[in-house]
Amino acid sequence: MKALITGNEAVSIAVKLARVEVIATYPITPQTNISEKLSLYCSRGEMDADFIKVESEHSAMATLVGAASTGVRTFTATSSQGLALMHELLHWASGARLPIVMANVNRALGAPWNIWCDHSDSLSQRDTGWLQFYCESCQEVLDTVLIAFRVAETVSTPAMVMLDGFILSHTAEPVDIPEQEMVDKFLPRQKPLAPIDPKDPHTLHAVTGPDYFMEFKEKQYEAARRAEQAAREVSVEFAKIFGRNYPLTEGFMCDDAETVIVAAGTSAGTCRYVVRKLREQGRKVGLMRVRTFRPFPFEEVNSLLAAAKRVAVLDQAVSPGSEGVLFQEVKASLYESAGGRPAVYGFVSGLGGRDIVPEYIEEMIEKVENSGKEKLDRVNWLGLKK
Amino acid sequence: MVEVRIHGRGGQGAVAAAHVLALSLFREGKWVQAFPHFGVERRGAPVAAFVRFDTQPIELRCHIYTPDYVIILDPTLSGSPVAVEGLKPNGGVLVNSPGQPEELDQLKSFRRATVNASSIALKYGLGTPASPIVNTAILGAFARFSEMVSCESVTESIKELIKRKTEQNIAALRDSYESLRVASVNETETLR
Repeated sequence: MKALITGNEAVSIAVKLARVEVIATYPITPQTNISEKLSLYCSRGEMDADFIKVESEHSAMATLVGAASTGVRTFTATSSQGLALMHELLHWASGARLPIVMANVNRALGAPWNIWCDHSDSLSQRDTGWLQFYCESCQEVLDTVLIAFRVAETVSTPAMVMLDGFILSHTAEPVDIPEQEMVDKFLPRQKPLAPIDPKDPHTLHAVTGPDYFMEFKEKQYEAARRAEQAAREVSVEFAKIFGRNYPLTEGFMCDDAETVIVAAGTSAGTCRYVVRKLREQGRKVGLMRVRTFRPFPFEEVNSLLAAAKRVAVLDQAVSPGSEGVLFQEVKASLYESAGGRPAVYGFVSGLGGRDIVPEYIEEMIEKVENSGKEKLDRVNWLGLKK
Repeated sequence: MVEVRIHGRGGQGAVAAAHVLALSLFREGKWVQAFPHFGVERRGAPVAAFVRFDTQPIELRCHIYTPDYVIILDPTLSGSPVAVEGLKPNGGVLVNSPGQPEELDQLKSFRRATVNASSIALKYGLGTPASPIVNTAILGAFARFSEMVSCESVTESIKELIKRKTEQNIAALRDSYESLRVASVNETETLR
């Protein structure tokens, strides 16, 4: 059934379809509608889940760490400062190998105070061991929540699904809502890795000394790397059942492109709009959208970019003292390239909700095609007021 | 692709108007996007909401800067240059106003129309005299002015989205459709 729904509604519907059993959320703009909707589903009995009220995001994650340890399917949603408050327990969830799924509605981190979209909240959780998926449409949001559960449970690793604050969370657009039976077929119960069982008591995650700690971490690392192949296989299966295909990276007109833009989230839509327009003028430009940021698909990125002459990476987060976060990852991929080694340039825009307009994308392309490396900085700001 | 920008004040229903319009277009088989411009939202503060529609999926994700239509829910905003900023040269502007569209002198480079949405809203008990909720009372006039969406689709959308005073909102919609006033087009102006 096709319906006109917002990104936040898409999340809530997906969580209901996934038959999640324990939910703990703390409201925060622009995530709040997700908390409200899920609480409503639970109170009306439309969902057979425990909705646990908590006094902070830290407690929300702590609650889910406990719940997921029993082997039930768990979910939370947050944004910005809320995600930052969870930080300590994000590490615990991934180290304990709990397949918790979370929706993060991307929003800037203060100071100064801001409620609008950028990617600084989720990208600053890059090394917490969570899988990260960035969505471009409300349909992709719904589908990715389902995919995230399947991938997370396959590799016993938690997963975050990102949707741009307001640009997806509060935008209504047509979404095909799958039938419950089809979701049940796609998302069967999987056997948890090591569930708590009162009849067979064990201590989990107790003090682990230098003699075994590294072995735990190596297994966690390998699981997160294995998630790449798992995500690919799950996407193929998702496409078979639902007819929608989600590769880890999306190449658009990259084949003969001399300049390729790299973007993640909704800005990729605006980039694609610009690429189409410039192609009509005979310009050899393309787009690579990074949908899966963790695990980072190094080989795919390489094969899409290596033949280009130049690459322009659009970041919606910057690491002060360093450079754009996506920019770093793309450069790292290309360093391993056996083929070509395009020039890579980093651009930052869209912080704190600054609207990313087609003119910014065109400016970015003009700069990399005309200026040459000398004239560009390590971080090139788009739309910055003078 | 057609782009519509709705200007109003917090409490007048601009965001709901965008959603109802988008749902109506969606019912007619269009691809749509409806989204609010989130500022610091307070009752009475200027707000904007956006609707994009097309016959194919919409990729563009920025705000609307060069709309094909502007809908102004609050008469006090019709003199504001911000409201019609970027409106396409032959674009249409529909204003909630008791006056004739020819009186909107500062908007004469556009196709102008008015409807007395405040009085229609109050006639059907929508909002209060100090703060009428005019969203449905302007959409009927918009359907007729733009010829982009049918009144029937909007009626169905109201039934689905507006759970309070549904019948009164539908009556306001129909009244609004009948009450549209369009400025006569000057010979020198381009006809659409």
